[in-house]
Amino acid sequence: MTDLETFRKEARSWLEANCPPEMRQPVKADDDVCWGGRNWVFSSPAQKQWLDVMAAKGWTVPDWPVAYGGGGLSPEQTKALRQEMAKLNCRSPLNSFGIWMLGPALLKFGTEEQKLHYLPQIARGEIRWCQGYSEPGSGSDLVSLQTFGEDKGDHWVVNGQKIWTSYADKADWIFCLVRTNKEDKYQGISFLLFDMTTPGVTTKPILLISGASPFCETFFDNVAVPKHQIVGELNRGWDVAKYLLGHEREMISGMGGDGGMASLGSFYADVLADNPVLRAEMAMFEVENLAFRAHSERFMDEWKTGRAHPAYSNLMKYVGTELNKSRHELVMAAGGSDALEWESARTNGGARPRAWLRTKANSIEGGTSEVMLNVVSKRILEMPGA
Amino acid sequence: MGLYHTEDQAMLKDSVAPFLAENGSIKQLRSLRDSNDATGFARDLWSQFAEMGLNGILIPEAEGGLGLGHVEAGIVLEEIGRNLTQSPFLSTAVAAVEALRSASADIRGQWFPKIAGGEAVIGLALEEGKKHNPAATALKAERSGNGFKLTGAKTFVVHGHVADLLLVSARTAGAAGEEAGITLFAVPRDAAGLTAEADRLVDSSMSARITLDGVQVDADAVIGEVDAGWAPLTALLNAGRLGASAELVGVGTGAMDMTFDYLKQRKQFGKVIGEFQALQHRAAHLYGEMEGARSIVLKAQHMLDDGDPRGEMFVSAAKAKAAKSTNLAVREGVQMHGGMGMTDAYDIGLYMKRDRALNEVFGDLYFHADKLAKMNGY
Ligand SMILES: Cc1cc2nc3c(=O)[nH]c(=O)nc-3n(C[C@H](O)[C@H](O)[C@H](O)COP(=O)(O)OP(=O)(O)OC[C@H]3O[C@@H](n4cnc5c(N)ncnc54)[C@H](O)[C@@H]3O)c2cc1C
Ligand SMILES: Cc1cc2nc3c(=O)[nH]c(=O)nc-3n(C[C@H](O)[C@H](O)[C@H](O)COP(=O)(O)OP(=O)(O)OC[C@H]3O[C@@H](n4cnc5c(N)ncnc54)[C@H](O)[C@@H]3O)c2cc1C
Repeated sequence: MTDLETFRKEARSWLEANCPPEMRQPVKADDDVCWGGRNWVFSSPAQKQWLDVMAAKGWTVPDWPVAYGGGGLSPEQTKALRQEMAKLNCRSPLNSFGIWMLGPALLKFGTEEQKLHYLPQIARGEIRWCQGYSEPGSGSDLVSLQTFGEDKGDHWVVNGQKIWTSYADKADWIFCLVRTNKEDKYQGISFLLFDMTTPGVTTKPILLISGASPFCETFFDNVAVPKHQIVGELNRGWDVAKYLLGHEREMISGMGGDGGMASLGSFYADVLADNPVLRAEMAMFEVENLAFRAHSERFMDEWKTGRAHPAYSNLMKYVGTELNKSRHELVMAAGGSDALEWESARTNGGARPRAWLRTKANSIEGGTSEVMLNVVSKRILEMPGA
Repeated sequence: MGLYHTEDQAMLKDSVAPFLAENGSIKQLRSLRDSNDATGFARDLWSQFAEMGLNGILIPEAEGGLGLGHVEAGIVLEEIGRNLTQSPFLSTAVAAVEALRSASADIRGQWFPKIAGGEAVIGLALEEGKKHNPAATALKAERSGNGFKLTGAKTFVVHGHVADLLLVSARTAGAAGEEAGITLFAVPRDAAGLTAEADRLVDSSMSARITLDGVQVDADAVIGEVDAGWAPLTALLNAGRLGASAELVGVGTGAMDMTFDYLKQRKQFGKVIGEFQALQHRAAHLYGEMEGARSIVLKAQHMLDDGDPRGEMFVSAAKAKAAKSTNLAVREGVQMHGGMGMTDAYDIGLYMKRDRALNEVFGDLYFHADKLAKMNGY
């Protein structure tokens, strides 16, 4: 047996022994997935137990170094672990912007002190992070952001407003882009970390078309941020921000694979039998879904081993989110008038139409599809022009 | 194993790519076409393929081949696609070899060395209508003497007029449309009662309509079992479909690269047209489609090589996706070349023609999307 096969076998028996049965059920409600943080209320003892055992093993972040709370696994082992988790239907023990976004940025740009301080908290789900990038006047054109940090010697005083800050009202800390030099557009932004309970931070939830309020307007009124809470160099936060976006886009692209390789059409065989044109559309989707799954697997294999083009996650984000939107269009069409029901317990509170509406944000959040196409065209295809 | 080429596979690509660019280029396609060549491919190149060992790529080592897999065959086919090379490689060295694995030791011993040595071309006589439908086989095989007598007609037999051997699907039981009751035969093309009428196709390849008028074959001409030809036929079709998909990826990537080069050169409105966002977005979208096709083809290759039971389903997904993406690549290619795209002097139109033929062979996008739906129970 190769080392990888041995690892796979051991991982499987460990998961079988340690993943509570409740944590192998499909995710139904929002709080079925643990986001951690100071204010997290575990939806069941099993959810807490699952997080604790996985965190102790370093497997909430299997490929991070052990010193920072990770599992120290190789890309191949990480992939094998994920495959075994998928086979056993294990839920993710912890979802977090810390894992997906801030962590990779800290690993690359953080000081040793910062890594030792922040990363284990993320790995154990103790601190929940939110992302303060977008502003009312700076969405796609993020680099035009205006939130300003005034130098006060040993700290900055931050003033300004962010918008679309996902879970700002639930998060403990924020990673935030702040202008520290008004003269230089690109080299005038710093990447700051601060506690959301710092005096002067307020949040106001925004209601979405899905009826949920997962994100907020976030206001900063004379917020004091100590100087050691900067990641990377002063005024070089844009480098950190872009690197983080690469990871964010990789993460969002994965959402396109909602249902994995499982056939969507097989759930709706009855409806499709009477609706040949819908059946044809479904069949075409099935082709795209399998192609995307393979694409995503290939991308992850290349990305984790340094083979992928550094801008490739932009392409995956575009393909994955557009696919996810078409999946939910088909789910709605196949669901017919049943899928319009918005409130009843029978429909799980209108889960289907709400999920459909939520997916429309996939091609906006983390950079829009149009921006992804711009980046792919310029950085990968090397098309001319600014 | 990761979903990317190993070092050995990358080396194979590095040797095949420049070789075909030199010896099997679009220039050769044009010269075959313009000289009204009756064979449909360059015999010299077929011999060179044999010298490089490529024709035996899927033949087991013990039987004189390289014993490699679908990933490696696909690497060769992608380069064939990129160069629009006319070659019997797909039908002979890939699809036919997979079927012949189930043939008697005699037949294997007779044909594997000839295939590997570049001395034989094999035609696939599977279709009876204008759309791919292998189960619709009606051509009759009746027991006669110690063997069978075959009567009926086949169409879309690529290289059929110059093939040395034809693999013929025939009905020995049941009714047209049923998978059971089909038997696969190895029939020498010079058998009495067999006639081939060749025509040049839109992509300049040569294909034949074949008529069998009471063609007598021995019992050991049967590949696999009588009435159970669906098994070797499935092996043949998996390899053929996936091989055609790899070739399509080569065609699509070739067309795409050519088009992107054009976007970086052609000036209008005082700018290089690649500066226009309307074209940039379509270019980036196309790139994503081709990358998706490349990925599912590689995934399906891994599955066939690993004997994964989902292989057949992924082959259909691969053929469908490769067909869809490459078709987009050639359509965008012609469009983005403007008036130039419509001229015979420019190669982009040749990619469009090749795509059309490859889309059709072994089942098009619609066939495979439908098959995928059926395999998923709807
Ligand atoms: C559900 C959700 C969660 C989010 N979470 C967060 C978060 O946690 N933190 C955070 O900081 N932000 C978050 N965002 C914000 C998100 O990053 C922005 O919405 C996004 O970057 C787009 O900015 P905008 O909304 O200002 O749109 P705009 O930039 O105004 O874009 C409007 C339209 O114009 C198009 N467009 C803009 N520029 C170009 C161009 N150059 N070429 C072609 N088309 C162009 C866009 O593609 C879009 O279709 C979230 C958004 C959503 C929807
Ligand atoms: C069959 C045929 C018959 C014709 N007959 C005649 C005739 O009788 N008389 C005559 O004078 N002409 C004729 N034409 C020429 C025809 O009008 C031109 O081919 C056409 O105007 C396009 O110009 P072009 O070929 O130079 O392409 P280009 O202008 O070089 O365009 C190349 C590509 O770039 C795109 N593109 C160019 N500018 C932009 C932009 N600003 N934004 C986005 N995309 C852009 C185009 O849409 C195209 O896809 C004929 C062409 C054909 C194919």
